[in-house]
Amino acid sequence: MERFIDLTLAGVTSGAIYAAVALALVLIWRATRIVNFAQGGMLMITTFIGYTVIQHGGSYWLALAVAIVSGLVLGAVVERVLIRPVENRSPLSAVVVTFGVLVLLQGLAGMIFGGTPRSYPPAFSIIGFGNANHRLLFAPNDLWVVLVVVGVMAVLALVFRRTSIGLRMRAAAFAPEVARLLGVRVGRMLTLGWALAAGVGALAGVLVAPTTFVSPTAFDATLVYGFTAAVIGGLDSPPGAVVGGASLGLALSYVSGYLGSDLVPLGALVVLMVVLMVRPSGLFGAPAGRRV
Amino acid sequence: MLDVVGLTASYGPVRALEDVDLHVEQGAITAVLGANGAGKTTLLRVISGLLRPQQGTVRFAGRDVTRRPPEALVRLGMAHVPEGRGVIAELTVEENLRLGGLWRRDRAWLRAGTSQMFELFPPLAARRSKRAELLSGGERQMLVIARSLMSRPQLLLLDEPSLGLAPLVSAQIIATLRELCNETGLTILLVEQNAATALSVADFAIVLNLGRKVEDDRAERLAADDRVRHAYLGM
Repeated sequence: MERFIDLTLAGVTSGAIYAAVALALVLIWRATRIVNFAQGGMLMITTFIGYTVIQHGGSYWLALAVAIVSGLVLGAVVERVLIRPVENRSPLSAVVVTFGVLVLLQGLAGMIFGGTPRSYPPAFSIIGFGNANHRLLFAPNDLWVVLVVVGVMAVLALVFRRTSIGLRMRAAAFAPEVARLLGVRVGRMLTLGWALAAGVGALAGVLVAPTTFVSPTAFDATLVYGFTAAVIGGLDSPPGAVVGGASLGLALSYVSGYLGSDLVPLGALVVLMVVLMVRPSGLFGAPAGRRV
Repeated sequence: MLDVVGLTASYGPVRALEDVDLHVEQGAITAVLGANGAGKTTLLRVISGLLRPQQGTVRFAGRDVTRRPPEALVRLGMAHVPEGRGVIAELTVEENLRLGGLWRRDRAWLRAGTSQMFELFPPLAARRSKRAELLSGGERQMLVIARSLMSRPQLLLLDEPSLGLAPLVSAQIIATLRELCNETGLTILLVEQNAATALSVADFAIVLNLGRKVEDDRAERLAADDRVRHAYLGM
């Protein structure tokens, strides 16, 4: 039982990270119907930026703020400069562009920082709650990770549901032409959507960095699991991204604990396959063909 | 109010409008009639900036607005109401309405306007917090019209408000529009396939055939002209 509780807590922590990455992908997919493969590279670069701040004596919190702000800026710039010109071409063009951005960013990071993984400090202690005799597999830093992800999700949900900018962004995503007829500046909403997504991604990068270390390819697995979580949730639904992330985190934690950590990537694949076979549009996705 | 001169537009190689002139009188209802594929919807799309014309000019409220984007034209007082399918299905009725008036950045008007629309179209009030995908065809049509009125336009471009509706419902909607014109001085450009309905409320009408304007007259004279009725209007 103790082991089960430990694995559940560890699963919640990693699930929160997957959910954040999934949300970054879902926000962009929903607004522009593009799977942003560059997300892994973007959150890697922003984490390196945070790392640099810490190297120069900045605090964890300053580094976090700088990483998120550079994520917002990077997201907006990528959309405006690279995605906008291919937006009206075939969807594949945009996907190829995002791949290009990924390769470019990974190459750039390799040139500047080299390939050696660097350690990134956690915000709080990573020694589990409890006493010397018994420690949970859940530390203050894990609590911070879960709380900040839940908090950011709640704020985003409020912004989308309750504010007029959120209403504009949803309208631009669901029906761009109608939104334009109603005076919504759709282009700006798309840029804003990319910025927000990349900001969430940057947050996920900093949160996961203490466990994965920081290197040009350190976040590849995080992106794959985040993508899996997004697909489980239906790609189209922010709540789906959260549920997908949490369930994937838990499932992989059990696989790792009961079956062996070598099986984790395989476990992710099995979860993905089962979901796609049973519900091809994901847990929260609208069945294909509903849109009229 | 609106002057269109020599408008020519295509979808790729397909020419949809050829040298069309149109004058829309302030405070009147002008109907655009014609069969399916005559270019009626294309004409609206060019006027509202969704489609760029090859040639010709659009003048609105005293300025040349050719090739201006729709989000700019809304701010000049033009509202294009797409067919009833133009509701945003994922948003609630109230969110659809608010969206129509958001660009004015006027919270007081958003509240006042929304309740005004619920008075004008009572069926919408009962469903204000329902998602628009749950509305009937008639309610959707009411919603897209009400949503455009939220921007307090001077000119309303209406695309097939009676499409797919029961005659009684479309008669109600048309009557509401006529009232709005008389009471508020709203100008309407009405695209309709149902010529009888349109001619009964319109002051002026033009007839398009294969992208060209073939008739342009007062509505009652077109309605009385047997030749026009047989040749183009199927009535």
